[in-house]
Amino acid sequence: MAKYKMHILICGGTGCKSSNSLDIIEQFHQILAEKNLQDEVQVIKTGCFGFCERGPIVKIMPDNTFYTQVKPEDARRIVEEHIIKGRKVPDLLYTDPENEQHVSDSKHMNFYKKQLRIALRNCGFVDPENIEECISRGGYEGLGKCLSEMTPEQVIAEVKASGLRGRGGAGFPTGLKWELCAKNKADQKYVICNADEGDPGAFMDRSILEGDPHSIIEAMAICGYSIGATKGLVYIRAEYPLAIDRLKIAISQAREYGLLGTDILGSGFDFDIELRYGAGAFVCGEETALIHSMEGQRGEPTLKPPFPAVSGYMGKPSNVNNVETFANVPVVITKGAEWFNKIGTEKSKGTKVFALAGQINNVGLIEVPMGITLREIIYEIGGGIKNGRQFKAVQTGGPSGGCLTAKHLDTAIDYDSLVAAGSMMGSGGMVVMDETSCMPAIAKFYLEFTCEESCGKCTPCRVGNKRLCEILEKITDGRGTMEDLTELRNLGNVIKDTALCGLGQTSPNPVLSTLDNFWDEYVEHVVDKKCRAGVCKKLMNYVIDPEKCIGCGKCQKGCPAECIVRTDYIAPGHKLASMRITTEKCLKCGACMGNCKFGAISVK
Amino acid sequence: MINLTIDNKPVQVPEGTTILKAARQIGIDIPTLCYFELDGMKFENKPGGCRVCVVEVKGRRNLAPACATDCMEGMEVLTHSARVINARKTVVELLLSDHPNDCLQCEKNGDCELQSLTKRLGIKEIPFKGEMSTYKKDTTLSVYRDMDKCVMCRRCESMCNKFQSVGALSGVNRGFQAVVSPAFDQPLGDSSCVNCGQCVQVCPVGALTLVDNISDVMKAIADPTKKVVVQTAPAVRVALGEEFGMKPGEIVTGKMAAALRRLGFDHVYDTDWSADLTIMEEGTELLGRLQKALKGEEVKLPMFTSCCPAWVAFYEKNFPDLLEYPSSAKSPQGMFGAVAKNYLAPKLGVKREDLIVVSIMPCLAKKSELAREQLSVNGNRDVDFSLSTRELAHMIRQCNLNLNDMPEEDFDSPLGESTGAGVIFGATGGVMEAALRTAYEVHTGKKLPRIDFEETRGFEGIKEATIDFDGFPLKIAVAYSLKNARILMNQVREGNPNGYHFIEVMACPGGCIGGAGQPYHHGDSNIIRKRMEAIYREDVGKPIRKSHENKEVQAIYKEYYGEPCGHLSHEQLHTTYTDQSDKLEATK
Amino acid sequence: MTKVKSLADLKAMREKLQSNLDVREKAEHPESLVQIKVAMATCGIAAGAKKVMEHMMQKADELGIPAVFTQTGCMGYCHAEPTLEVRVPGKDPIVFGHVDNDRADEILTKYVQNGELVEGIIPVNYEVIDK
Repeated sequence: MAKYKMHILICGGTGCKSSNSLDIIEQFHQILAEKNLQDEVQVIKTGCFGFCERGPIVKIMPDNTFYTQVKPEDARRIVEEHIIKGRKVPDLLYTDPENEQHVSDSKHMNFYKKQLRIALRNCGFVDPENIEECISRGGYEGLGKCLSEMTPEQVIAEVKASGLRGRGGAGFPTGLKWELCAKNKADQKYVICNADEGDPGAFMDRSILEGDPHSIIEAMAICGYSIGATKGLVYIRAEYPLAIDRLKIAISQAREYGLLGTDILGSGFDFDIELRYGAGAFVCGEETALIHSMEGQRGEPTLKPPFPAVSGYMGKPSNVNNVETFANVPVVITKGAEWFNKIGTEKSKGTKVFALAGQINNVGLIEVPMGITLREIIYEIGGGIKNGRQFKAVQTGGPSGGCLTAKHLDTAIDYDSLVAAGSMMGSGGMVVMDETSCMPAIAKFYLEFTCEESCGKCTPCRVGNKRLCEILEKITDGRGTMEDLTELRNLGNVIKDTALCGLGQTSPNPVLSTLDNFWDEYVEHVVDKKCRAGVCKKLMNYVIDPEKCIGCGKCQKGCPAECIVRTDYIAPGHKLASMRITTEKCLKCGACMGNCKFGAISVK
Repeated sequence: MINLTIDNKPVQVPEGTTILKAARQIGIDIPTLCYFELDGMKFENKPGGCRVCVVEVKGRRNLAPACATDCMEGMEVLTHSARVINARKTVVELLLSDHPNDCLQCEKNGDCELQSLTKRLGIKEIPFKGEMSTYKKDTTLSVYRDMDKCVMCRRCESMCNKFQSVGALSGVNRGFQAVVSPAFDQPLGDSSCVNCGQCVQVCPVGALTLVDNISDVMKAIADPTKKVVVQTAPAVRVALGEEFGMKPGEIVTGKMAAALRRLGFDHVYDTDWSADLTIMEEGTELLGRLQKALKGEEVKLPMFTSCCPAWVAFYEKNFPDLLEYPSSAKSPQGMFGAVAKNYLAPKLGVKREDLIVVSIMPCLAKKSELAREQLSVNGNRDVDFSLSTRELAHMIRQCNLNLNDMPEEDFDSPLGESTGAGVIFGATGGVMEAALRTAYEVHTGKKLPRIDFEETRGFEGIKEATIDFDGFPLKIAVAYSLKNARILMNQVREGNPNGYHFIEVMACPGGCIGGAGQPYHHGDSNIIRKRMEAIYREDVGKPIRKSHENKEVQAIYKEYYGEPCGHLSHEQLHTTYTDQSDKLEATK
Repeated sequence: MTKVKSLADLKAMREKLQSNLDVREKAEHPESLVQIKVAMATCGIAAGAKKVMEHMMQKADELGIPAVFTQTGCMGYCHAEPTLEVRVPGKDPIVFGHVDNDRADEILTKYVQNGELVEGIIPVNYEVIDK
């Protein structure tokens, strides 16, 4: 086997793939063949690097050079300059926004400096379609260790001791969940992997499945061994075709290598995994709804108890964990609970993957130790707010999380501190907002999502969220009253108090947290009929300054609502009478403002 | 046992008791809406969806639904704290904010659980204004759907799926658009629905109601060219009184006959009479099949009863391969209609088109049954209209009558005499028992040593027994709920491993007494029990308790039909079944 | 493919496969490894730098020296090609000129393993900006 001197790692995750990374791979193969370098330089299609803001990413090893926004036509330059001559291609390197200098080694990029990659350990490092690369990184050794050196009880004890908590949102202790399921005797039990990632903007589970599917297979088998299950099911949304493909390839490779199937590693333990496809309903991320969906029932939650650990899939004891949780498990086993335990805060151990999004410079997927502050994430890893604007709020926890403000920037984040601050960990969505975001509008945006995704089973979520949304619409339309604000809070609290499942119980969070943190902004909308961010169209008025207007009439010609009329006032120095906008008829399309060359039209 | 306090009152309950039941035990009545249970009939709907029954549990982050939360040791429950009352009121206000405000004209006015909840919580105005759901109205011949009124309690869905295994109704759509509907929004009539109407019986609001035929009947009565006769089913007389404030289980046979006469019906007959006729036909058919089987001839066994129209629709849709198993005998309603139009009309001197036959039924499926092609001659139906018990009550009130004040009157002759066997048709197991009474004596030629077949009675979903037919062990089964019927049908498909000879099936809980056309029981299964007791009381009170001893039945054979299962009775009193499974294919 | 039958099998397999990922693994912690940069411009390649690099990689493997090899452009010592820079952890980098297979072996066995200086050292006359 040829020994490669250099490796070219190219991201084959969904994000980079959709910006042509497969063409780049093809180009590299061609050019390397042309230069007769195919035996010296290996091209590897990896999973996501996380720095999706600047994809497609190409990384050259061993010098760790990190090329961003590579286009297929750049492949030739990279080969000819970097591979052959050893000269890095400067314009493809990441430029530090602070000092405008090129950073060639990803280790020196702020984006990666503070990260600690446990769940994402193999993402962007190995070829996910090659089990041998995974094995050479120690893959399946955790499973091997469990099967040959540990009893199921010891495995559970280790996971418990690690302090690992569910990464899907609620943060339930994983080891305890396993223990509850292990206790229930049954002829058949199931290990279920929840890959129904539904938070808009969150894609850590997808990235793990695309970049390191073997870690999930290994973890599910470990879980199966510890709870006494021989069947694993991955509930994955059908909109994740690449993750499904990679997972299928990984499963068949694992079977081929005897790491799934009967008598795994000669231990007598049998385990195999099947896939189940979800249709992308948000509520099916809730474990009971997920199970119903897998059974072919309507995907809606039922009351717990009974918990899935007692009566889950097909009425059998089942253990449901999310992808990211599983991704941590092999590391917990191989490195030990004690190692894992040292990372994080007192009650939240390990790391958490966040999907950074919004008005921030470095959008992408990051994995950080629990206890990091929002400031570190936003300003160091995230590179600060775009266009030098002011930070206003950060929304964590997906659509049912809350909005935190500047006063929370130095909070060390973990499951409990986020809840205490009025938000939640959720599955790790993190949307950063600047002063151009209107908080009532943001709350409405999230409510619209939960309204759309509610299963409709319980009254507070089905009707209550709809009404919350309608009140918010009233407010952002300028029809709100102070009583509406009172009702908003009362209704929000009742929904939180009475909804059946986690979706409904958390859906008012965006409203309640913005009411708490941005009360003035609500009052402005209601009393002053003003939207300081300039987002709420109905609260904006276009006005013509008669002193500046020369009366050319261009605004009038371009007005679709025909709401601009000529006055009889001629400003000093002008020849024609100025124009005026009839506010009642105005659609607020802004066409007039675009057409005015004299800066006479403004928004008030 | 578990100890807890509810509203500071200590209570001790067995493990697995819900907060709701524990509270009721000490006289605290937590309001509910979606929760529905038929005690002793293995039916329960507690999705925990409406959130009306929420209570505060000390130490718990959010409120708990009392209907679905089990008591735990040391629990401290508050059922009317300010937090609870505010939440409960808000939840009901939310429901009302998406509910048409037309109580005055609503079919359920006065019987609506949302209405009484609103009153009970003292809700005077709805603070929420917003979009209201609008859905297509939909109707079959039996069931009317106005889903604008649906509160998503899912009782109908549970009834349809868990109790009946019919699977016509289920939750569809998401969020605010979520509603209970047949798949793909197809009309209920095109679905797997069998018109049992139990969805109507359990609907707490006016979303699912019966198809009202009162005005059709009133119009016929008012038409001088028509003679209007009426037949009343056995289960009606033990339930109608409830509509007039009487206790459940009060027998109002005579008062009902009197009221019907005052409503303007020309003749008042009894479906019990045709029930006796049914036994003659069905019993003879059974004996015929058994005799053939004993001779080693090929014959379809077990034989199923065919009186219940929902059950007939069910096997036509789900078991087209087994259509030869049910008895070919028409239902008592159908037989009455055939006799009325063929035998009675000439006697009364009217053309069949001018004789209007009305049936009073505990049932909604009967409204659909009467439209079966097999029950018409040249487009003229044997039974023209079917009214439910509830409609009859409405009609009586509408005509300024009070059932309580009615005298006791008899049915008219010749289709009015009935036996105890005809009466017990109204309860699960009754048809079986009636058939056994007759078949035994006809088959063995001996007098029954005992008239009461206790083994066919009661609320067990599937009852089995082996009856000694003078040396021949007759294996029987009795089922109510179509889910239980499906179990038995599947057994037949697999070759009848239990060797049944005769099986009775009724769709509704407890048989016709729990029918969808009966006064609303609102989940109180004691009401159904009382009706059943009344049925057997009526049976015992009858001088004749075996169908073949019914004088008027004997007379009509003598005069008209000749013999049971003879040529003419085959033509008029028996029917055929057709494969309706294409209705199911559409949803597969 | 034969199945992996035990944990020992799995570990053996990892051992066998691991070196395939060396290029990547080592890039993660270059500071703890011996970094050898080979000048691989036209002049270097013409002078045989490619062959020397291959030889040296193999030798380092044989000797069990955890080294990471990278190619770099012309270092400006065209008179002394092939040239390479060796950076032993904790020491300043040293540039060697006229490196052939024998000298490469010497560099590894004497300088890298024992800290002895070898012939052919070129005094460093530049600063590295790219850290």
